[in-house]
Amino acid sequence: MKLLVCVKRVIDYNVKVRVKADNSDVDLANVKMALNPFCEIAVEEAIRLKEAGVASEVIVVSVGPKAVQEQLRTAMALGADRAIQIDTDTMPEPLDVAKLLARVVEQEQPGLVILGKQSIDSDNNQTGQMLAALTGRPQGTFAYALKVEGDKAVVTREVDGGLRTLSLQLPAIVTTDLRLNEPRYAKLPDIMKAKKKPLEVKTPADLGVELKRHIIQLKVEAPAARKAGIRVDSVDALIDKLKHEAKVI
Amino acid sequence: MSEYLHPYRDVTFALRELVDFDALCESAGLNEVNAELADAILEEAGKFGSDVWAPLNRQGDLHPPRVESDGVQETPGFADAYRSFVESGWPTLTFPESFGGQALPNVLGTAVNEIWQSANLAFGLCPLLTQGATEAILHHADEALKAIWLPKLVSGEWTGTMNLTEPNAGSDLAAITTRAVPNGDHYLITGQKIFITWGDHRMTPNIVHLVLARLPDAPAGVKGISLFIVPKFLLDEQGEPSVRNDAYCVSIEHKLGIHASPTCTMSFGDNGGAVGYLVGEPHQGLPYMFTMMNHARQSVGLQGLAISERSYQQAVAYARERVQGTTKDGRKIAIIEFPDVRRMLMQMRASIEAMRGLALLAAAETDRAKASDDEVQASRHHERIELFTPIVKGWLTELSQEVTYLGVQVHGGMGFIEETGSAQHYRDARILTIYEGTTGIQSLDLVGRKILRNQGVAINGLLDEIDDCARQLASEPEMSVLAERLSKALDAGRQATGWLLEEGARTAWAPGAVGVPFMMLMGYLCGGWVSCRMAQRAAERAASGEGDTEFLHAKVTTARFYCEHLLPRTQGLLETILSGSESVMSLPEAQF
Repeated sequence: MKLLVCVKRVIDYNVKVRVKADNSDVDLANVKMALNPFCEIAVEEAIRLKEAGVASEVIVVSVGPKAVQEQLRTAMALGADRAIQIDTDTMPEPLDVAKLLARVVEQEQPGLVILGKQSIDSDNNQTGQMLAALTGRPQGTFAYALKVEGDKAVVTREVDGGLRTLSLQLPAIVTTDLRLNEPRYAKLPDIMKAKKKPLEVKTPADLGVELKRHIIQLKVEAPAARKAGIRVDSVDALIDKLKHEAKVI
Repeated sequence: MSEYLHPYRDVTFALRELVDFDALCESAGLNEVNAELADAILEEAGKFGSDVWAPLNRQGDLHPPRVESDGVQETPGFADAYRSFVESGWPTLTFPESFGGQALPNVLGTAVNEIWQSANLAFGLCPLLTQGATEAILHHADEALKAIWLPKLVSGEWTGTMNLTEPNAGSDLAAITTRAVPNGDHYLITGQKIFITWGDHRMTPNIVHLVLARLPDAPAGVKGISLFIVPKFLLDEQGEPSVRNDAYCVSIEHKLGIHASPTCTMSFGDNGGAVGYLVGEPHQGLPYMFTMMNHARQSVGLQGLAISERSYQQAVAYARERVQGTTKDGRKIAIIEFPDVRRMLMQMRASIEAMRGLALLAAAETDRAKASDDEVQASRHHERIELFTPIVKGWLTELSQEVTYLGVQVHGGMGFIEETGSAQHYRDARILTIYEGTTGIQSLDLVGRKILRNQGVAINGLLDEIDDCARQLASEPEMSVLAERLSKALDAGRQATGWLLEEGARTAWAPGAVGVPFMMLMGYLCGGWVSCRMAQRAAERAASGEGDTEFLHAKVTTARFYCEHLLPRTQGLLETILSGSESVMSLPEAQF
C-alpha cells in the first residue's frame, strides 16, 4: 500500500526563539529551520513500514513556500520515494493545511497517512484530526506504537491515564508521539540520491482549494522573565502568601 | 541541547562567499555537486556530529582505552558510534567512485571533517589516519593491492594507521631501523614503532598499518626507506580477515590530552616477522609519504580550527550565564558584558573566522589543481598547496593554543576545574603543534623548501594577490580601516620575505632561527586576507539587502577586530625577523 507522510518546516529546536520588536510574530528572518521533530518520527515510521514490506511507496508532502523543499529532500534522503510541495507564500493554519492534504489523499489514495502529532512552533495538535474528519477516515493520534495487521492499523496511543490500543480500519490517519521510534540519521549516498528523486510542485488552485484564513494572530509575547523568589520566615507566612498573593490555595 | 552545535551559517557562508563553491564545482565538471547539496550534507553531518560524537567527547577523556590481553579496548560507546558513522557512509566522501567513494570535492570533505574534529577530536583522529593510509595505497600501490585493500578502507569498515616514528626517529625519519626482509610473495617486517595513533582497537574486523621500513640492500639515509602494508589480520581467499599477523600494540601512552585516542607502541615481528606487502617501488617510501603530507598536515591545521570552535562555543555559553556584579540600578550583569571578557571572546571568534577561511581556501586548491585546464594552471595551484600547507598546519595549530587558553580564561576558576570541560579542549589542543611535523619543522618547510628553493617566486605571487585585494578594499569606504591594516601587514610580509631571500642565502642559521616568527607573520597576514575578503562580501550582501543583516554585519565587525588586534602582531614579528639570528645562536651551549 502507499503511505503518505505530511511534514512541516519549523524553527530548529536548538534555536533560541525571539519575538519581533512589534510583537506581531516570532522573528524567523534567516533563522535555522528544520524538519519538525514529530514529523521526523512520522517519516521514520513510514520508512520502517516500507522496510518491513508493509508499504510499497512512501510519498512525503509539505505545505509552504519553496524553502520547504529542503525538508522534502531531507525526508527523501531518509528513504521517502517522492515528494509533493504544495506551494503557498506563507504557512497556512491547520484547517487550510488539512483541506489541502485531503485533496492529496483523494488523489493518491494512501492506505495510511502519518503525521506528527503537532508542530513545535504553533503546537496546535489539530491537522491530523481535521484531516481525518475531512476524509472520513478513522484516526489514531499520539501513537506510541503502530502495527499493520492485514486491513487494520493497530495503534497504541499515549493518553493521560496510560496507554490505550485501538484497531482502525484502513485507510486511516495516524499522528506520532515522541516515543514511537528513534529516527535514523541520513546516509551520505542517500543525501546525494535524494536530489534526483521526483519532487512535484502543486498549488492550492491545482487542488481546487481556496485558503480561507479563519484565524488572525493578534500578538506574540515572550514568556515573562523569571522573577526572584522570596524567603518567608514561618509556615503561616507561607500559607498567607500562597492564599493571598499567588492565589493557589 | 548538545555541547556542540555545527556553525552551519559560518561554514556555508565561507563556502559560498570565499571559496565560490558553485563555480569551483562547475569548473571541475561536477554537475551534480553545488552549494545546495553541500548545505544538505553539512546539515546532516552537523546533526550526526552533534548528537552522536560530541556527547562521547568527555566520556573519552574520562575513560581512555586500555591494553588487555587480546588487544586494546577503546572507550566504551565508541564502537557503536563508529559503526553508525560507517553505516551512514561518511568515510567515503572524497574517495574515487571506483572504490566506493562519493568523489566529492576536497574542500567539502574538509568542511565536513571540521565537524568530526570539533565534536570529538580524539575520536576524529581515527578516520583521519585511515584517510592517510587510504591515500597512500590509492596513489602508490599497484592495482592488485588496491583491489584487495581499498574498498574496506574507503568505506571505513577497516581502519588504517601510519607507522613512521621510532624511539630514535621522530623529526629525523631517516634514522628509522625497522627492517623488511623478502619472503616469497611478501616481506617480513621487524621493528618497533611509537606514537601510533589508533594503532589498535576493537571497533573493526581489521586494521591496515602502513609501515616505513628498510630493505636489506637499502641505501643509507632518506633514500633507503620503503613503504609496506602490514595488516592486523591476514586475509583468507575470500578477502576476509583470518590469521592474526605478528603486529601487536604492546603499550599505550598516558598523555596530557586526546586521551581517547590510543597512542600505541607497535611491535612488529616479535614472533618471527610481520607479513607485509610492498607498496609501489622499493626505496620510495619517503617520497610517497610526501605526497600525502599536504593533506595530513592541512588536516591537523583543521583540527586547530575545530578545537578552537569547540572551546569558543563553550566559553560563550558560560559568559552568557555567569553573573558577577551589579549595575547601579540593581541589575545583575552576565560577564559577557564586561569589556575584557568581550575582548577575549572577540579574539577567539576573529581567530576562528580567519582559520576557517584559510583552511577552506587551502583545501580548495587541491580541487582547483585537479580541475585545471592545463599543466601551467595545475602547477600554479600545486604551488599554492605547497605554500599554504605549512602555514595552515603551523599557524592554525599555534593560534589554537591561544584560543583554547582563552577558553579556559573566560571561565575563570571554573575553567581550571576539569568537570567544566574547557580544560579538556586546552589539553587536547596541546598535541597539535607537535604531531605531523612540529611547528619548527613546518617553519623550515615554509622557509627552506617553499620559499628559498624557488627564490621566493611562489610567495611573491601570493603577496601580489593579497596586494590586489588590499587595493580593491581601499576603494570601498566601509572597508578603508580594514584595507589600511591589511596593507600594513602585507608590507611587513614583503619586508620579511625580502630579508629572508637576502640573509637566508647568506647565513646558515637564519632560516631556522627566525623561521617560526616568519611563518606566524605569514599566518596572520593570510588570516587577515581571508577575513577581509569575507567581510567585503558580507558588506556587499548587506548593502544589497540580501540575507540577515545582523549576521553579515557581525562578519565585518569580527574582521575589523582581527585587523585591529591580530594583524598588528605582524609588525612585532617583522622587527624580530629583521633583527636576525645572532641573539638566537650566539650564546654558548655551556651558558644554558
